[in-house]
Amino acid sequence: MIPLIGRRLLMAFLTLILVSLIVFVAVEALPGDMASAYLGRDATPESLAVLREEFGLNAPAYQRYLTWFGGFLRGDLGDSLVRNKPIMEVIGNNLRNTIVLAMTASAVGIPLAIALGVFAALTRDRWPDIIVSTISIFGMTLPEFVTGTFLIYIFAIKLKWFKGVATMPSDAPIDAEFFQIIMLPVLTLTLVMMAHILRLVRTSMIDVMISDYVQMARLKGVPAWGIVFRHALPNAMLPTINIVALTIAWLLGGVLIIERVFNFPGIGNLMINGISDRDLALVQAIAIILAAFYIGINLLADLASLVLNPRLRTARGH
Amino acid sequence: MAAITPEVAGTQEESLQKRKSPFVETVENLRRSWSGKIGFFLIVFHILLALLSPVIVDALPADPFTREAGRNAAPSLQYPFGGDEQGRDVFTRTLLGGRTLLLVTIFGTAIAMTWGSLVGILMGFLGGRIDDIVMRLIDAFLAIPWLLFLLLIVGIVGTDPWIQMLTLGFFYGIPAVRVSRAATLDYVTREFVLSARARGEKKRTVILRELLPNVTDILLVEGAMRWSWMMLAFISLSFLGFGVPPGGGRTDWGLMISLSRKIMALQPWATFGPIIFLSSLIIGINLFADALAKALGLDRSQGAPV
Amino acid sequence: MSEKLVDIRDLTVGYHTKYGRLVHVLRNVNLQIEPGETLGLVGESGCGKSTLGQAMMGFLRSGSKILGGQVKYQGLDMFKLSSKELEGIRGKQIALIPQNAGQSLTPTLRVGKQIMEALDLNAGIKGEEAKERTVELLGQVQLPTPDEMATRYPHELSGGQQQRVAVAMALAGNPDMLVLDEPTTGLDVTTQAHILELLRDVVKEMGTAMMYISHDLGVIARVSDRISVMYAGEKVEDATARQLFKTPSHPYTRGLLESIPRLTLSGIPKSMPGQPPLPGTLPGCHFEPRCQFATDICRQEAPKLESISKTPDDSKKGFGDHLARCHHWEELTKTDFSEELKEVYQDVRKEISTEPAITITDVEISYYRPGFLDNLMGTPHPPATVSGINLTVNRGETVALVGESGSGKSTIVRTVSGLLPAKEGAISFEKFDLTTDVDDRPKELQKRIQMIFQNPDASLNPRHSVDDILDQPLKLYFPDMPQEERDKRKRSLLDRVRLDYRYLTRFPAQMSGGEKQRVAIARAFAAEPEVVLCDEVTSALDVSVQAAVLDLLADLQKEHGTTYIFITHDLAVVRAFADRVAVLYQGRLCEVGTVDEIYSPPFHPYAQMLLGAALEPDPDMEPLLIGGDTPESSPPATGCPFQRRCPVRVGEICDTTMPAWVRPEGSIDHQIRCHIPIPELHAMQTESVAAD
Repeated sequence: MIPLIGRRLLMAFLTLILVSLIVFVAVEALPGDMASAYLGRDATPESLAVLREEFGLNAPAYQRYLTWFGGFLRGDLGDSLVRNKPIMEVIGNNLRNTIVLAMTASAVGIPLAIALGVFAALTRDRWPDIIVSTISIFGMTLPEFVTGTFLIYIFAIKLKWFKGVATMPSDAPIDAEFFQIIMLPVLTLTLVMMAHILRLVRTSMIDVMISDYVQMARLKGVPAWGIVFRHALPNAMLPTINIVALTIAWLLGGVLIIERVFNFPGIGNLMINGISDRDLALVQAIAIILAAFYIGINLLADLASLVLNPRLRTARGH
Repeated sequence: MAAITPEVAGTQEESLQKRKSPFVETVENLRRSWSGKIGFFLIVFHILLALLSPVIVDALPADPFTREAGRNAAPSLQYPFGGDEQGRDVFTRTLLGGRTLLLVTIFGTAIAMTWGSLVGILMGFLGGRIDDIVMRLIDAFLAIPWLLFLLLIVGIVGTDPWIQMLTLGFFYGIPAVRVSRAATLDYVTREFVLSARARGEKKRTVILRELLPNVTDILLVEGAMRWSWMMLAFISLSFLGFGVPPGGGRTDWGLMISLSRKIMALQPWATFGPIIFLSSLIIGINLFADALAKALGLDRSQGAPV
Repeated sequence: MSEKLVDIRDLTVGYHTKYGRLVHVLRNVNLQIEPGETLGLVGESGCGKSTLGQAMMGFLRSGSKILGGQVKYQGLDMFKLSSKELEGIRGKQIALIPQNAGQSLTPTLRVGKQIMEALDLNAGIKGEEAKERTVELLGQVQLPTPDEMATRYPHELSGGQQQRVAVAMALAGNPDMLVLDEPTTGLDVTTQAHILELLRDVVKEMGTAMMYISHDLGVIARVSDRISVMYAGEKVEDATARQLFKTPSHPYTRGLLESIPRLTLSGIPKSMPGQPPLPGTLPGCHFEPRCQFATDICRQEAPKLESISKTPDDSKKGFGDHLARCHHWEELTKTDFSEELKEVYQDVRKEISTEPAITITDVEISYYRPGFLDNLMGTPHPPATVSGINLTVNRGETVALVGESGSGKSTIVRTVSGLLPAKEGAISFEKFDLTTDVDDRPKELQKRIQMIFQNPDASLNPRHSVDDILDQPLKLYFPDMPQEERDKRKRSLLDRVRLDYRYLTRFPAQMSGGEKQRVAIARAFAAEPEVVLCDEVTSALDVSVQAAVLDLLADLQKEHGTTYIFITHDLAVVRAFADRVAVLYQGRLCEVGTVDEIYSPPFHPYAQMLLGAALEPDPDMEPLLIGGDTPESSPPATGCPFQRRCPVRVGEICDTTMPAWVRPEGSIDHQIRCHIPIPELHAMQTESVAAD
């Protein structure tokens, strides 16, 4: 098992290197460099030259890449020209806020989605399944901002239960008030995320319920609850682990639209601002951070599968 | 208990009855399913609307570009969805609002599926080192949040539909590589492929004659799904203000929703109108893709939202 | 007569098709099983035997329903019981041993846990006692190190071991009856033989009754007290095992018996053309379309199941009469079947040419491809899958490569066909080097060597019609051939594989397994090849179809002088069809010789084990079990490949040194690779055969 984990870790790191290359090359390939983006219309050849000198933009690309990526590995992402601050300082609180938002939604959504998925599978093609499946189609297909907008209309405008915006200073303390403010974004995120996981759990569970071993368990005389919880569910969960990870990882990307909808001071909102004011260093930094999260979550899912799936766990090297 | 597979050895007549032609059978299955019919109707409706809406709007009394409806005006007979925050007629704007979306995503999906599936099949067939390298690259691309790349390119290079089409076409082809490669791997070790290779058929022949026809089903469903996901991306871009530029002769649902959200308490229909149109299109595609997958005997819920 | 354990009366089962038509699966089936009795249920695929087995458990495939009759177990109607009552019977009184134990064990639970669950549910044994009993049960099914086995997950066991666990689990509730649905199908012959002996011992010891379902008459002969033959959803014959094999009284039973290749008789058996019709679709006898004895009455009137002879009273168990459903049973039973049988097998032996076609020299093949990380970490390479192969195949002869799964036979053939690279050694065909990749071979060479695959379902592209399928090789190898000529060729090819030209428009899904295999053969012969590589070409087919395919291959060989390299695990098929045989174990050759030489002593210990484990359709024939049946997953690094399973190991030399080839005295072509001197080997083996 140890070599398997080592292999996964190495692969994850390799992917991270590739991601950093892609992000770096993509930003390089855009017309203009950070200096001209920063100075915009005010740029004169002289001021550009000064700026480039000051920020080491004249160095060859590979050198700048190494400096940047090396910095990232050490937790130093350089400075934002536009904001005139170290990037870590710019990002810090927003990243924290986004993580809290995503984790709250996951903590509510994932268990609920699994429970509903199993429930739908067991009542397959009868009314509870039809209701759950139909709602999940809406949750899955509609864009996040439509779902969010709807929820705002119902819960903030009509019922006046929650606030329609989640505006706050980005360094607001994480307390009861914080959670009250993020109620609606969490609800939106939960709905969208649940739809995906629920559908997957449902299919997976249906597949398992018609498998030979579940049938065998029935013929062995195992009562219904034993079939579901001992024989079916653990097997149905295995293929969903990776999808749950993908969904969480995708949340990190998709969350930025929801942040915009609710005007929440998270990393997504920051990224859009960064693009609007052409703070390429900031965008580059956010890209690699989000990618690192994606890779990390997938790695965790891989490791979780290793632990939970005896087929993988006991694989002896080959 | 593998013996639970149908045990009845069908007679020749039986099997001939059962399989007309795969295509006819799929169409029949689709016609039998409610979701297939509704989905198909919604898609056709939206495509026709996109083609004909300029003519329809001309024939209507309201004008989408003047401010005649009145700011935040409530729905009325002449202005069924009322007026928007600038007083423009929401209904006619909504009728026009899906044109760019459909144009960009239809061609974008075609581009994505073409390059994605060809590369995917090729990698699945070739295997080995080159496959390893390409798949690592694909993994790396998938690790980067999709919206970020789109925003970066569209935000800096421009919002021209052609750029959007190519950008979306490129990025949405990446997951298609994965899907088509996985589908190919299912077939590449089958004996009919080995048989063709052992005969000495050219690689191109093996890919086009033996593999492609067998993965088409999966690619069709994948294409439909990818189309709806691409719509989500496009509409999200314009919601964030990186789609169709405000003003000018074009409108777009995403932009409309984004702007009219602020007056939702006063005039909810300015938001609901475009939402209804947008939702009916996306749900239509999803219903159709679901029905298509069932009609082809596939299950599509394994797909990830990337 | 005593109380019946199982009493199935007039059972009729059917389902509605998508188009609303009612299709029968079983029609008016009557079956009784006495306590402790083993009933064998036999028939081709699609005869309803599995449905009958499931009905025995009070279970039907979804969509199917009982249209009439009842299934009574100890007087209880299984289909009238509540699900609670059924739970009480299943596992406790009737237990199932499924075909594919690997898929029937829950993958996330250790096998010990699963047996303990069965003990808890069906015997009320819990806790420490259950743990002990589990280990005891695993020991009873002869698993080595039972306490360690209990901690394994299903995937950590071999197919045979999984099957043993399934047996242990079934025995946990100490049931009165076992239902076994093809429990040894898909296992290697030696494993199969061991499991059958185990089952026989267990039921004898515990007094359990069995309903044993199989398509394999050899297996059925070995385990059954009584046998019911199923055809098109009906029981067509019912007799004690001995009666059935000595005086088969239904033409279908006779046809089945005549179509089985035998270890003791060389030559190709008789084929039985056609396939079963849907139950209830003919007014007369359902077997009539395939029957050589059929007359007018068979077409008009359905025969009844008649009693044709009483069972002698002195037999220990109270068997029923010998029953047959045929208008002509009296004519059939007049002659001595065993004498008739001998004339059925037509010998296809011919003069063996001495001109070599393919020469394989010192070939070594490895699937192992070190990955990027393996290179980095310096992972040691495992021993090659196939190694040290030396073999000459002469023109026009059939050389069989024989061995169990993992013996490397397919690997060798794929290398000859150019699909897999050889790591070392040479393969030559005339002036050509066959170690080259198929893509790098000249077209002329590609054309002359063709391959036919095991599974006709997989070897034809489901999206191509027969016309497309046959067009491909013609277009490829005869690019200048005009369309009309190609069309003519396609028809004549179909004609040669005995298929009507109208099959050209069919798709694979519209054909039966045998028909598909014929199309695959036609495709190979479209190239007009000189060498044809046959990879288990009959193992996916029913016996009646197998005989027809062998016959066809023999005819084509006669006509074209084709050379065959023929892979199979079935020693009887080899006996029927091959000229020379090469026995492989773990990718290494053990014994090479002509068919007659291989089938008589001296044997390589492995060849003897294989022959001993093979089952003949004869209840008086006992298998000779030598050594264990634990399969190995990779060859040993040094020494004799068979070292770990060999019952007659000499000593350390077996582990360190690969034995040299030795030619028994007076043989033409016979070579054995064993450290035991040949005369000694010979003496040992003639003794054990005599003792048997």
